[in-house]
This record gives sequence, C-alpha cells and structure tokens, in this order.
Amino acid sequence: MALDSDSDIKQFKIVGTRPPRPDGIDKVTGRARFGADVTAPGMLIGLVLRSPHAHARILGIDTSEAEAMDGVHAVVTRADFAEIEDDDYTADILDNCMAGEKALYDGHAVAAIAASSGAIARKALKRIRVEYEPLPHVTDVDAAMQPDAPVLHQERANETVPPDMGGNVMARYEFGHGDIEAGLNKADRVLERTYRTEATHQGYIEPHACLAQVGPDGQADLWCCTQGQYMVRDTCAAMLGLKQGQLRVTASEIGGGFGGKTTVFLEPLALVLSRKSGRPVKMVMSRAEVLRASGPTSSTSIDVRMGMTKDGRITSAFAELRYQGGAYPGSPVEFGAMSAFAPYELENVKTIGWDVVANRPKQAAYRAPGAPMAAFAVESAIDELARGFGLDPLDVRLKNAAREGTRASHGVTYMAIGLEATVHTAKNHPHWSAPLGPNQGRGVACGFWFNFGGNTCVSLNITPDGTVNVLEGNPDIGGSRASMSMMAAEELGIPYDKVRTVIADTASLGLNDVTDGSRVTFAVGLATIEAARAAKREMCKRAAMVWGIEEDAVMWEDGAARPAGPNAGEYPPMSLAEIAAIASNTGGPIAGHHEVNAEGAGVSFATHMVDAEVDPETGAAKILRYTVFQDAGKAVHPDFVEGQFQGGAVQGIGWALNEEYVYGEDGTLQNAGFLDYRVPVASDLPMIDTVILEIPNPGHPYGVRGVGETSIVPPLAAVANAISAAAGVRMDTIPMSPPRVLLALRSG
Amino acid sequence: MNKIHVTTKINGDPVEYLCDPEDTLLDVLRDQLGMTGSKEGCGTGDCGACSVTVNGRLVCSCLMLGAEASDCEVATIEGMADGENLHPLQKKFIEHAALQCGICTPGILVAARSLLERNPDPTEEEARYWLAGNLCRCTGYDKIIRAVMDAAAEMREAS
Amino acid sequence: MQYLSPDSIEDAVRILSDQANGCHVLAGGTDLLVRLRSGLTEPDVLMDIKRIRELSRITREPNGLRVGAAVSCAEMGEHADLSAAWPGVVEAAGLIGSTQIQGRATIAGNLCNASPAADSVPALVAANGVARVVSAHGVRDVPVEDIPASPGKTSLAAGEFLSSIFLPDQPGRTGDAYLRFIPRTEMDIAVVGCGVALSLDAQGVCTSARIALGAVAPTVVCVPEAAEALVGTPVDDTALARVEEICSAAARPITDKRGTAEFRTHVAGVLARRTAKIAAARAGEKA
Repeated sequence: MALDSDSDIKQFKIVGTRPPRPDGIDKVTGRARFGADVTAPGMLIGLVLRSPHAHARILGIDTSEAEAMDGVHAVVTRADFAEIEDDDYTADILDNCMAGEKALYDGHAVAAIAASSGAIARKALKRIRVEYEPLPHVTDVDAAMQPDAPVLHQERANETVPPDMGGNVMARYEFGHGDIEAGLNKADRVLERTYRTEATHQGYIEPHACLAQVGPDGQADLWCCTQGQYMVRDTCAAMLGLKQGQLRVTASEIGGGFGGKTTVFLEPLALVLSRKSGRPVKMVMSRAEVLRASGPTSSTSIDVRMGMTKDGRITSAFAELRYQGGAYPGSPVEFGAMSAFAPYELENVKTIGWDVVANRPKQAAYRAPGAPMAAFAVESAIDELARGFGLDPLDVRLKNAAREGTRASHGVTYMAIGLEATVHTAKNHPHWSAPLGPNQGRGVACGFWFNFGGNTCVSLNITPDGTVNVLEGNPDIGGSRASMSMMAAEELGIPYDKVRTVIADTASLGLNDVTDGSRVTFAVGLATIEAARAAKREMCKRAAMVWGIEEDAVMWEDGAARPAGPNAGEYPPMSLAEIAAIASNTGGPIAGHHEVNAEGAGVSFATHMVDAEVDPETGAAKILRYTVFQDAGKAVHPDFVEGQFQGGAVQGIGWALNEEYVYGEDGTLQNAGFLDYRVPVASDLPMIDTVILEIPNPGHPYGVRGVGETSIVPPLAAVANAISAAAGVRMDTIPMSPPRVLLALRSG
Repeated sequence: MNKIHVTTKINGDPVEYLCDPEDTLLDVLRDQLGMTGSKEGCGTGDCGACSVTVNGRLVCSCLMLGAEASDCEVATIEGMADGENLHPLQKKFIEHAALQCGICTPGILVAARSLLERNPDPTEEEARYWLAGNLCRCTGYDKIIRAVMDAAAEMREAS
Repeated sequence: MQYLSPDSIEDAVRILSDQANGCHVLAGGTDLLVRLRSGLTEPDVLMDIKRIRELSRITREPNGLRVGAAVSCAEMGEHADLSAAWPGVVEAAGLIGSTQIQGRATIAGNLCNASPAADSVPALVAANGVARVVSAHGVRDVPVEDIPASPGKTSLAAGEFLSSIFLPDQPGRTGDAYLRFIPRTEMDIAVVGCGVALSLDAQGVCTSARIALGAVAPTVVCVPEAAEALVGTPVDDTALARVEEICSAAARPITDKRGTAEFRTHVAGVLARRTAKIAAARAGEKA
C-alpha cells in the first residue's frame, strides 16, 4: 500500500473495492441526461452547412434567401465571430469551427442556421448559396510533404522547420541522446522499415450536442457534452468576445469522448446563433458530420532504423515520424516522438517528428494521442529483429527494459516504474505458453503513456447530517464520480454511500483542465484527498473547541476526531456526523477545498499479448485471445481499471484491423458512417483478460497513476506481430484489413 | 403539413401523438414524448443505441416511422424497471460495471432483454452475435457479455 | 410527403397507379428510411405495405413456398418449413444487418433496392426464386435475377410493385447455401457474396446446380459455367477447384471503400468453392 506521510489511514478500507457507481441507476434506466437530451422553451434547431470540397476558396456566401424564409431566425457565417489576433491556437480552432477565406477539408463548416424546426432548417440550408473556387488538394501525409504539393497555409511553419521543407510542414521535433551511427555499427543486424497507419476516429457513440442561450445582457449559458467545460468556456468566450465569467458552461453526461471532446465544434456556433436570434439554440451533429468534421487522429508514415546484437541488445534506435494532423498545425507527432522508445533504456536513440497539414479535418486527441502509431512502428521492428535472431520477444524487451533511474529518450529520468513487472508477469502467464493451432500466431508489444496532472479544483462540503458532497470540475466519463467518492470516504473514514460527488458547472469552481492525459483519477483524486484533509483539520479544530483542548492535541482516525495521545485528556471520539450536527455552534458550516496545478503524475507502462488467426484464402484475421498487463499504480476501483484496459485494447484492435478514413480521389470522405467506418462489434471479439499491477506512484497520496490511455498504445503492434506470425509475412501498414493481408500473403 | 394521428401503447400506457410522415419513431419518442432514454448514435441502424421492441420484436427506432407504430405495443428502456425494482439485467449491468459512459446502455439492455426472452440460456457466442448491432466504444464488450450471461443465469434460477 | 398504409393489394395498386413515380413502397424501411433521412430520395407518397395481411405471410402452395413482401427476415428464420427447405436463403436473410435490422428488413425490399451486394439475392437466384409483380394491369411472375437492372434500379415499370417471392420445390436431394465475405463478423455489407443450390442423385452425383455471385458486378450474376462444372460430378475437390476458377474469372468487380477489385476477384472463387461444398453436404444429408 502506498500512502504519503500526511495520511492518518493505516490500511485502505474503500479504495481497491468495487462499489456500485453512483450514476449507475440513472444510466441503466435511461434517466441520465446526455448532450442531446435537453430542451429549452422556445428552442430553435441549429444546423451547419458544410463544404463539399476538400480545398476551396470561398468567394462569397449569399444567405439572403435562407434568411427570408418563414421560421428561419438566424444565419451566421465567419463574419459573426470575433476575430482572434493574438492566439494562433484559438484562432485555428475558430477557423476550424467556421471557415474563413478557405474551406480546408470535406465537411468544413461554412455557415449555420437556426430555425423553428429541423425540417425548416434543412430546407433553409439548401437556400444558402456559396460560391467556391475549388483548389488542388492533398490528403496523404507523404504527398503533403512533397515540394509540389498544394499548400494549405502560407507562412505558417514555425522556426524549427528548415526552409527547404514543403509548405505543409509546420514544425519539427527532435529527441534523443547518444550516437546513432556508432550504435548501428555495433549491431549484428540493422533493420530499416517504413510503417504507415491510417487515420481513425474515437468513435464515441454520442454525437456532439449542445444547447446555448445568450441573453441581451451578454450573460450566456451553455449545456454540452464535453471533456472540459472550462475549456469550452474559455474557447467560446474568446470567439464571441465574451468575458469568461459571463459564460456558464454545464457539462451534460458524456457519451464517450476518448479525447475527441477536448475541443469545440458546435458550441460557438450555437452561442452565436442564439445571440443573433435571441432564442435558445440546440445543435446535434449527425454521425456523418461527426466523422467528416470532428477530430479524427493523424495518419502517419514512420521510418525506423534499429540495430540489435544477436543476443537481443538494441544498440541504436532511430525513428523519423511524419504525422498529418488535418488542416491545422498541432498533430501529436511530438508525443509520438517522445513516446516511441520510452519503454527502453537505450544508449543511442533519436527521434525526429514532422508536423504536417493536409486537407482533412483538424485532428483531435484520441487516447494517448500520437503514441499508438509510434509504438506500432517501434514494437514491430523489435519483434522482427527478435524473431530474426530466434529470440523470445519478451526476453528481448526485458533485456532492454527501462527501469527506475533510466534516462528516457525524451530526457526524463524515471522514478519507480512498472514496465519490467508487466513483461515478467506476461512471461509467467499461462497465455504465453498456451498452444497455437494452424494459421495462428501470437504477438506481444509494450506501450507507454506520460499521464498528466494540471489545474484542478475540488470543493468538499459537510452537510449538517454528516453526509458529504464533493464538487469536482471534470465530467464523469467512466466512473470518476465513484472514484472521487471512494477517495473522499477513505480519507474521511466514512462509508462510501455517505458521499455524493457532483460535477460542477464553470461558475461553481475555479479552473479545471480538460479531462485528458489520464489526469482525473490522479489530479482530481489528489485534490479530493487534500480537500478532505482540509475538512478534517477543521473538524479537529471544532472538536478541540468542544473539549477545550489545543487543536494540535486532536487527531483524526476512522471517521472521528480523537485526542491525539494520553496527555491530551480522555474524551470519547467525536464522529464526523456529531461534529457536523453542532457546526453552527462551533463556528459555522464545515467545508474543505483544494486548488492545485498538480504535478507528480506517474508514467505508466503496459504489455499486451494477443493470439490471432488468419484465413490464408481471404486475409481475414480473427482475434482469439487477448491479455492486458498494465501498471495502474493504486487501482482505486478495479472494475473501472479493468474496463479502461479492455476498452483501450479493443479500440486498438479496431484500429489494427478495420478502422480507417477512406478518402476518394476528389478528397471527400468515402465512409462517413458506422456501416463503413468499422468499429469492432461484440461478435468480433473474445473476452479481454486483464492483469492489474500496482506499482505506486510516489507523486500521489494513494499511489494513483493514470490508467485510461496506456491501454491503446500496444495493441496496434501486438496485433500486427500476431498477424505477421500467423501469416508468415510482416505487416507494416495499419489497418490490416483483409485486402491488405491477402495482398501481402499473395505477394510475400 | 399533413400530420398523422397515431394511437398506440408505449410501455403499457396508451399514448396518442401527431407526427409528420417523415418523423421516425425515435424522433417521436425523444422530441415529442420526452422519452430520451433511447439515443440517436447514427440514425442509420448501425449502432443500436435507439433499440426498442415493437410487438415484442427488437428494432431500431431510427429505422421505423412514428406513423408505423400505430396500434402497436412499443417497449423502451423507460419501461424496463418495474417501479423501483430494476430488471435483473439492469442490476447486473451495475454490479459488473458493464457501462462506462452509459450512452449505449439503454439500447443494449433492451436488446439483451429481447435475447433472453427468446433464449433464456444463450451461449456467449449467441449473446455476442445477438448484440452485434449494438456498438459500445468504452467497454470492449467484455463486462457487458458477463453481465448478460450472469443475468440470464439468475433469471433461469428464479423461474 | 404523405404516408399511406393500404390494407389490400387492390388499394395498394390504386395508390401506385395514381401516384406513379412519386410513390415509394415501404416494406421494412431499413434502407428507405436512411435514404429519406439523407435527402437522397424525396417521394410524394410513402406506401406502407405491412398492413396488407396477405403480404405478411409465408404460405405453402402446391409447388413451393411463397414469402410475402412484408415478411421480415426474422420471421423467415422462425418459419420451420422454410428453414428446412431453403437454409441458404434463410441464412442469407439472417445476415442482413443486425438483429434489429432483421426485425424489419424484408427480402423483397432487399431485392428491390437493387444493390449488387444485397445478401439475400444471390441465395434467391440460386434457389430459382420467382418474384410476383402486381399492378393495375394484373400479375406477372418474373425470375428474381431479372428484377435488378443496375445499381439502385429495378426492371419494375411505373405502377408496379413486388408482392411476394416464390421458392419452387426442388427434387429430394437438393441443398442450398449462402456465404459472404465481410471484414467484421457482422454488420457489414458483403464485399463478395455467393449463393449455391444444387441437387444430387442417389449416387451423390450432381444433377443440377445454380451459382450466383454478389458484389462482383453491377447486378447479382448467375454463373452457369460454374454450375455446369458441377453437373455430372460428385462435387469433389477437382470439380470445386473448377468452380473456384470459373467464378473468379466471371467476377467483374470494382475497387471501392469496401474492397479492391483484385481482392473481390480472388475471394469470389474461394467463396464459391466453400459455398458449393456446404450446399452439396446439405443435399447429401437429405434422403
């Protein structure tokens, strides 16, 4: 057990158990209210007109005919937004939400309408006349880097980019240490290979939705499904020229995000439409809009050069990563370049990352953004070298494994980490020695994610009857209300069901960073524990007052204030409920709060093992067995930890096998629906076995690390290694759809 | 406008509504009747989040017109619990942590109930194929399938 | 748009002849509602045929089974006689979309969508299915393979609609099967589909066969040469290898988001071989 020195807890009673989640009943009865489930009196329906062109100059937009229609209350274009001069990042988000001079991808918003019904709004959309001048387009990352490629933005590259690079290269990143060439000279074999991955979508089942109301006094309210209500507030306020305090954003229940709801799409449009019409405006994306015009991942192209001795030592490791991040700078290539070799202790290592723009929707985060593609390339290369020498691929990973004190390629020196533990556990698991049948193969791969901390506020209120409310500012995307209630109850020493955690709107707490980087259980948990500690200190003070002894003569234990020692005097313990009941007479209501920009997030590692069978006549691959071994730090609620492991693994399986953005020659998306954007269905999969390892994070009072993201990092490579073993040919392109596998089989 | 007057039964209650010919049953449930438990994840029958039963048969309410529901027995997630008593499937979904975000949960519960009405003792494979039309992006289906199998076992014992 | 739900074929015919081109027939609606929603089709009238009692039944006739145009795929799977006589057709119907889709979708609708990838159509073609077409001018029976004309277009004239599909009885030792290739295990549109029906004599020699391929040409195609390669053989590996070769050669697919032409060409042969083997095994099991 890991507990910091401030703790009065001797052993966890609640953390590590599996109580029911507080929002469970709402979610199994249909009562829970998601983004599209709210209405307001007098509400209008907003719809978006989108570019049918991959790249076009907008010469003019005539909205007059639409505006004249009965039932149409507002039509907006880019002219209705505040221009953002001093912040390129937010200016790009605005341009992505509503095109300015150019439409930069198929589906780019060019106008929006609010009307009294959806039917009228649909008709009105057809009456908006947009004059486009189609321009040449490019959607492939390597093509976008060619010198003669159509250029999306003039003069946007930052100072890291050499002048001879093509006009679509926005930034260059470099990490590493040692001497690559010298290391390669020590190798018994050097592998050079190029790997490619297609863009995928987070595939949350709930489309983006919001309801906005802006009053004539500038006071605005917004209800939306988001991973960060404060991010929505700050971004939208900038776009509308509002003060942040004027806009209150309330996060609805969220139907999945996985990173895709860490930015805005409809929200500023709904606010502007509401401001212009004076009416509440509701907007909901269709699935086709979600796929065409929210934020998928980068597609990538990655060169790896790796040297290995015949006993499995990696002597040198180099990767050059090219990520297109859609139409604006900011692909996660930096994370890719930092994480590529993070699981290994390497003498000579270097990564170069290129951030590239192309005529696709602006990418958004997707679970460990940038890392799965890099891991696919690196873990495939290690596997190929290991198998080439006839070495056990897990032994090779152990031989090169990063451990406490290892200096990672991205420059940090690790504290206690769990990579070796995951590989050891995998090696000793019955899965590793289970027999395989014909056309079957087994693959393994490791993965890494940083985990984040960040700005966090928690308020904890003790009610007069001794129950507790925790107010936190991050949407509950997979059980965090349960985890916070558990940590608060643990720290206060009261039963879990005495605590209710609610998600605050932006007016009710200070700034909370967006739910990303697996930060919530770590950072919000830390703030919850600290808020509980503040409340405990206050309760000890109240008890001291009642007993007439010094404050520091009172301690908290098992849910009650007690005299700290025999010298303090003999008083029966005073429980939280007893102290709460007399709070009015001892100084007033009792609450604790904590505000922090949390540091000390602990990195996490995983090893995945998968068995696949390939039909040699069709190239179809079936996943037969899957086991996740991951270091969670302290697992607060093991069910939800397992759920994160399983969900990440299956998203990775989908990415590996069949999910991809397919663009036509004309640069339009060919598969904008769940029929042809093929996320895994229940019958595609076996059970996903999980092994939770708990190597405590020294940076958290209970040892918590993040768990949500690492689980999507290894599967692309693990599945590729399994399929390559089953098929007898090396697969270097993701997804490994049947036509690709069959082609490799027949030509290899 | 040529609104259609529909009389039908939803979760056992007599219901009347007026709908446009193009309104889907899902539109009617959500926008007119305030029954927002059925979700629209795709509008094309590919995700199953809008699953309901009509005359005992599992369907996507986004692929059926409101007008077609005339004189039917429609059952939605809102009618699954008996007052305060959750259906065994609902209990098992909470017990097994078979939901994360919860957006697909109503549709999966309706679909799973329909499976167990027809086949009280499904194999894991039968459950997986029956539920293949219900996408879940959070769980990887593992805990969902466990919850369904466990609920089936409990319901068999109780009957 | 107007929604009408006649309760007799006569009323339906009258509505259709009054409206001609502006009327869409609504059976299961699982494709039509998607097209309506996306604005791909904007009919004046939607005529729901599910309230016509005789179209909602599977009936035994002296020479075969008749499946009404409003019978859902799920109902087909629950019909014991149909499942025993035509397991391939029933399996094909049971592969159309999800459980939810099968609760609404009909094989008549699947046929009238005229998609080259329609799952039930290769199986129906192999089974020698006959579509009954009704209009103000009367009734005509048309081989199933003559209904689709090109992707999305049927050979039905204005004012006509499809009321049922008839599956004629076959000699005792007849078996049928349908296989399709999809990237996932469910929910996809066929990248290639293959229906086979064949009959064996008492010695196990094939006396007749029909093989149809889906998603390798603008319409579902019958491959008589492949069928001929089976006739007179015990449907052994040599004959099946010929079927594979002929079916791959007969495929004229395109490359699209669902698969490459090369892939479809290869898999058409593989599936034909596998499907014929299942059909032969089924035929052999019959007395």
